[in-house]
Amino acid sequence: MVQYNFKKITVVPTGKDFIDIILSRTQRQTPTVVHKGYAISRLRQFYMRKVKYTQQNFHEKLSTIIDEFPRLDDIHPFYGDLLHVLYNKDHYKLALGQINTARNLIGKISKDYVKLLKYGDSLYRCKTLKVAALGRMCTVIKRVSPSLAYLEQVRQHMARLPSIDPNTRTILICGYPNVGKSSFINKITRADVDVQPYAFTTKSLFVGHTDFKYLRYQVIDTPGILDRPFEDRNIIEMCSITALAHLRAAILFFLDISGSCGYSIAQQAALFHSIKSLFMNKPLIIVCNKTDLQPFENLSEEDMKLVMEMKEEAMKTVIGQGGEATDEEGVLLKMSTLTEDGVIAVKNAACERLLNQRVELKMKSKKINDCLNRFHVAMPKPRDDKERPACIPEAVLEARAKEAAEKEKRKLEKDLENENGGAGVYSASLKKHYILANEEWKEDIMPEIFDGHNVFDFVDPDILQRLEELEQEEGLRQEEEADDEDMDGEELTPEEREALAEIRRKKSLLIQQHRIKKSTAESRPTVPRKFDKDKKFTTERMGRQLSALGLDPSLAIDRARGRSLSRKGRKRERSLARAGSDADDAMDMDVDQPSSKKLRMRSRSRSRSRPPGEVVPGQGFKDSAQKVKAIKLVRKSQKVRNKDARRGDADRTIPTLKPKHLFSGKRSLGKTSRR
Amino acid sequence: MRLEKCWFCSSTIYPGHGIQFVRNDAKIFRFCRSKCHKNFKMKRNPRKVKWTKAYRRLHGKDMTQDATFEFERKRNRPERYDRNVAENTLKAIKKIDKIRVDREARHHKERMRHKKSKEQKEAARELEQGISLVKAPAVLQQEPSLTLTKVKVKVSAGEDETRQMEE
Repeated sequence: MVQYNFKKITVVPTGKDFIDIILSRTQRQTPTVVHKGYAISRLRQFYMRKVKYTQQNFHEKLSTIIDEFPRLDDIHPFYGDLLHVLYNKDHYKLALGQINTARNLIGKISKDYVKLLKYGDSLYRCKTLKVAALGRMCTVIKRVSPSLAYLEQVRQHMARLPSIDPNTRTILICGYPNVGKSSFINKITRADVDVQPYAFTTKSLFVGHTDFKYLRYQVIDTPGILDRPFEDRNIIEMCSITALAHLRAAILFFLDISGSCGYSIAQQAALFHSIKSLFMNKPLIIVCNKTDLQPFENLSEEDMKLVMEMKEEAMKTVIGQGGEATDEEGVLLKMSTLTEDGVIAVKNAACERLLNQRVELKMKSKKINDCLNRFHVAMPKPRDDKERPACIPEAVLEARAKEAAEKEKRKLEKDLENENGGAGVYSASLKKHYILANEEWKEDIMPEIFDGHNVFDFVDPDILQRLEELEQEEGLRQEEEADDEDMDGEELTPEEREALAEIRRKKSLLIQQHRIKKSTAESRPTVPRKFDKDKKFTTERMGRQLSALGLDPSLAIDRARGRSLSRKGRKRERSLARAGSDADDAMDMDVDQPSSKKLRMRSRSRSRSRPPGEVVPGQGFKDSAQKVKAIKLVRKSQKVRNKDARRGDADRTIPTLKPKHLFSGKRSLGKTSRR
Repeated sequence: MRLEKCWFCSSTIYPGHGIQFVRNDAKIFRFCRSKCHKNFKMKRNPRKVKWTKAYRRLHGKDMTQDATFEFERKRNRPERYDRNVAENTLKAIKKIDKIRVDREARHHKERMRHKKSKEQKEAARELEQGISLVKAPAVLQQEPSLTLTKVKVKVSAGEDETRQMEE
């Protein structure tokens, strides 16, 4: 049950207040300081922010107003009509509509001015734009301020409306003014409604609550209705009409049979007949009040007739609900609120009628399950002493008996377990109930793994057959294979084999040397031949290598020695030369050996006078190209030292990629996060 | 209990060995040892790693399709136990294994068929080309034997001495 709560609507400020609030908030919540020396984008941003902020605030506040005021079409028609009656639906909608347009206009203003501000080129211009924007927004609000005022009034009034739940049990009291409606409600509920001798004391609806059969009932007191055409009714009467029209309630039509309200019974009857259309489908009770002043029996004939007519109408409603036609008591009741005579009876009758009607409706609708707890199944009253027990067929009874017996006889697994030693000792055989072709196989354990294979992957009912086929195939293949012959190519003779082995040995040596050279190339210095410590460039070595190949080295050695420039170790020559200087013509065998100095000079000058690429037969070069290449190699291997401090060969390599002194250690000052 | 295959090298994973990796898309990768696992984490393709079965099969080093492989197939539907079938299966497994091994050996032999002649040809070529490392070409022309004649040096100094001593 939604309780309409109009008390929660926020206060709608007046136009002026509204503007003040928003502008002061803008001033407080946005930065205020700006100088003309700031960057232009900063200035623009500053003013744009103000404009946007103002717009946002307006938007927020106006949106809350629009959202919180109820939409007359969305709420219960009773409230919709009530609000219409009180505040005029059109005016209300218009006011809210104006607020909405104001909101949109402010949005548009903000957008336009923000766009303009984007191109503001000085502080002054931006400021004027901002002032203009805010000014326009405030004008919009000023224009809308009457609507705001109206809405504030509406809000205040709405907050004071009684909280009537349109869906619960309601009793509505209606009738002419001054007939005793408010006194009645004062009597049965705790409501404290004004009771005065003048008409229209009650100017609006009042709600009181009363209990009947552990249920709470709303009792609504309406202002009096006069007998007028519909269009002429004033707001107060319209309230009660609305209530009558929309609330599904039990209606108590009050009749003042004494006439002390100032209206005769005829007038009241006329009223009754004019609004009886509103009593459709509602339990109607006609209450004759003020019986202390005029007892019911003493009514005049015409009055009685009128009353009976009304009662007829009321009866129709009873029949319409399926009640018994002869039930007169629930329709016409007499009471006096002053003496409290019959008040309770009226209340009870009204509540009873209403309850019955609601129950019937609910029974017919689908919501019966919600109300089931309030129902009670009545057992039929036994009309004689004959026993009538439930009828169960025999077969069913037998089956039931058998089942019971079985349940007791059957031995459970748990019992078995307990017998054989309990939970830890006994392990149930899970294979007991297996359904197999042969009962003996139940406790078989099948291996899962065999010889590195999963047995389950091979399981196949016709595996033997397939195996047979396979073996046949295999047999065939083996026969084919036996026919194959091996080709025998040329074999190597033992001599050839020896030579091959020797070749391979030498090759592997070469490869090893090459690998060493390759890997150490960068770290090995290229030493000129005169510093040859390993004695790799001696004639003995050459002689050995040549003789290993089968060649006679002596000629080559001589040649090499003959052309060698260093003659220091030549003892023979030296002594001969000394001897030769004393007696030139005495030595025959040394005539062809000139003095050492002359020899040296001649050999050097000879070699210098030749073109660089000329092949001299004794030197061991194949052709001119090879000699040129050899000369180049020599030059490359002994390069001139670079003393210009320019980048050279030695600078191409990094000897250690991670020298310790660069990658470790603490700094005396500063961080070591970068190395 | 089930013997699985290593995803990387395709060897069987026995119980208690290896690691299983389940990816977010619920694909399971099983590895027989950390070598395969680490290779997988390095995102190496087993088809390019020489020692795996995948490579060997792909490059024709090992037998790929054969009737013996059809016998071993993962069956998802369980069969009702039958003792005879179980017996036959166990016997059959052994025989199938033997046949498979024979066939693999045959495949290998087939592959290596031309190895000998190739080797001989290569040896002849090497001999022809590389003889210059052993014997100089000039010497070879004079004396067509491939190896150097071994000069026998008689070591008789010690004998003479003893003889002298005797005398």
